[in-house]
Amino acid sequence: MSTTPIVPTTTDTQTGDQLSKGGDIEVGTKSRRVKRRLTSRGATFAALIIAVIWTIPTFGLFISSFRPAELIQSTGWWTIFQNPGFTLDNYQEVLLSSSQSSPQLGSYFVNSLAIAIPGTVFPLILGAMAAYAFAWMKFKGSNWLFILIFALQIVPLQMALLPVLQMFTTFLRPLQNTLHDVIPMIPEQNYLPVWIAHTMFGLPLIIFLLHNFISEIPGEVIEAARVDGASPGQIFFRIVLPLALPAIASVAIFQFLWVWNDLLVALIFSGGTQDVAPLTQRLAELTGTRGQDWQRLTAAAFVSLIVPLIVFFSLQRYFVRGLLAGATKG
Amino acid sequence: MTTADLIGKIIQVVGGLAIFAAIVGLLFFFLDKAPKRGKDWIQLLVFLAPAFILVFLGLIYPAVRTSLLAFTNNKGDFNGLDNFIWMFTQPAILNTLLNTVIWVLLVPTISTAVGLAYAVFIDKSKGEKIYKALVFMPMAISMVGAGIIWKFVYDYRQAGSEQIGLLNQIVVWFGGEPVQWLQSSPINTFLLIVVMIWIQTGFAMVVLSAAIKAVPTEQLEAAEIDGTNAWERFTNVTLPGIRGSLVVVITTISIATLKVFDIVRTMTAGNFDTSVIANEMYTQAFRAAEPGRGSALALVLFVLVLPIVIYNIRLMQKQREIR
Repeated sequence: MSTTPIVPTTTDTQTGDQLSKGGDIEVGTKSRRVKRRLTSRGATFAALIIAVIWTIPTFGLFISSFRPAELIQSTGWWTIFQNPGFTLDNYQEVLLSSSQSSPQLGSYFVNSLAIAIPGTVFPLILGAMAAYAFAWMKFKGSNWLFILIFALQIVPLQMALLPVLQMFTTFLRPLQNTLHDVIPMIPEQNYLPVWIAHTMFGLPLIIFLLHNFISEIPGEVIEAARVDGASPGQIFFRIVLPLALPAIASVAIFQFLWVWNDLLVALIFSGGTQDVAPLTQRLAELTGTRGQDWQRLTAAAFVSLIVPLIVFFSLQRYFVRGLLAGATKG
Repeated sequence: MTTADLIGKIIQVVGGLAIFAAIVGLLFFFLDKAPKRGKDWIQLLVFLAPAFILVFLGLIYPAVRTSLLAFTNNKGDFNGLDNFIWMFTQPAILNTLLNTVIWVLLVPTISTAVGLAYAVFIDKSKGEKIYKALVFMPMAISMVGAGIIWKFVYDYRQAGSEQIGLLNQIVVWFGGEPVQWLQSSPINTFLLIVVMIWIQTGFAMVVLSAAIKAVPTEQLEAAEIDGTNAWERFTNVTLPGIRGSLVVVITTISIATLKVFDIVRTMTAGNFDTSVIANEMYTQAFRAAEPGRGSALALVLFVLVLPIVIYNIRLMQKQREIR
């Protein structure tokens, strides 16, 4: 009750002050205000145009994915009101149809998930352990080793692909074959090489990003736990990891999307069969062999976009942070 | 996909995660049981060794080996600089190198310029978040997906029949003849570049928008009282204030552009004179069975990326020190 009457009085004195200052200032502010509104209107218009140009390609593909095949092939999606038509057949066909000619994306979708989840968990845990060691264990050459790992970020993937593939065919292939012999349900062509490749290529950046964060954890917390008799494992899993959780979330989202969206690593290490290949590889293949089947390609593209888009819109804050931190990867 | 396939895949993932957890758990178990003497050393080994071994096998050793492979022929014998001579004498590969230069000149400049303009336009406007999300969205999706989205825009139908690609429809609306965009060199390279600009502009916009917001309002107000107009305020106050971020954005996009592979692979597979180094490296090493030539191209890529990355890292460290 007591605050309400004060507000109008202050406004009154303010306006009174302004009025008493005389006419020409008032004119000045008015013209300035008009000017500002004009420029901001121009800016808003320009922003709107950019936003529309940036959205239209995706929008067109999205609309088309719901149009019947004959309509996609004969009319532009912008004529949707003259040539109306809505169908879910395209999605039905790319995801569920088992006919030989269909893209059969269902199993590739499973592959993408089966690659991306371990492809995120493995490097994240190992990376966090290494980052903790660099941040909190004193040893000779620690700085030197950290700089070396940091510098590895600059090695383009292309530099590593050939030798790693050769290594895998020599040492990993026999292991995969044995695995298949023991458990026949696991095909000879399995996820192992892709997981390991993503773990190896993801580690330098993950170690670097998590190191920055883990080194800022207050030392007293770790020391107190040690005094209380906690083992190194307990300290790491019960104290360090939970405290670093925001950073881990950002890095995890970045790594997950990187793996989900990757094409190069998949092309080289997956073998390209339905047993292992992720969505991106299948899509690239489809654009090559069936580049004109737009009813399939549009729906197929959206099946692959749906997971990144959900992550993007639901976890935007972490997403932006992770993306900005890892923009140079690859 | 049969049910058996699906079960096999689930077994792999659950089994893989379980084995991983078991290995990590076992390492820590032995660490706890380790004798007091030398425990620090064992602890260090447990935390550091797994990551280091993987990084060594996956990056350090391969990078050295690729550098050596670059000087061998397809049988693995040393052949001096032959691969590099081949690279700089073959018209097709020269064209690839030239394309890479065009990419790295256009993508960073245009995406940064558009991203900056957009960030300024939407700054403090109503619905800023939605505006940002719309332009940033391409950054979330795969380059393969982006390639399909734009391939549809560039689609070609014979003159006379109705166009289903937006770009050709616009050409037709203005009375032109439809063009087979992706087959016509040199315009096709520029159309692929558009896709990369479309993706990277969002990155530039988000970083620069944050930088613009960090420019002190007092400085802007002071400039306003001095009677400057909006453009003068932008060039004299805002731009110097965000210079550091501008350089980071340009260098980061340059690195990403030098390594671009997915877009070219999906949209043209490097045909019709659109190839770039990263794509040519893949083609030579994994399709044409020429590991030596592929390695040489990878080495060139590395040498091109190196100075930009070093500069970028230096700059980021300097900024961190200031903060």
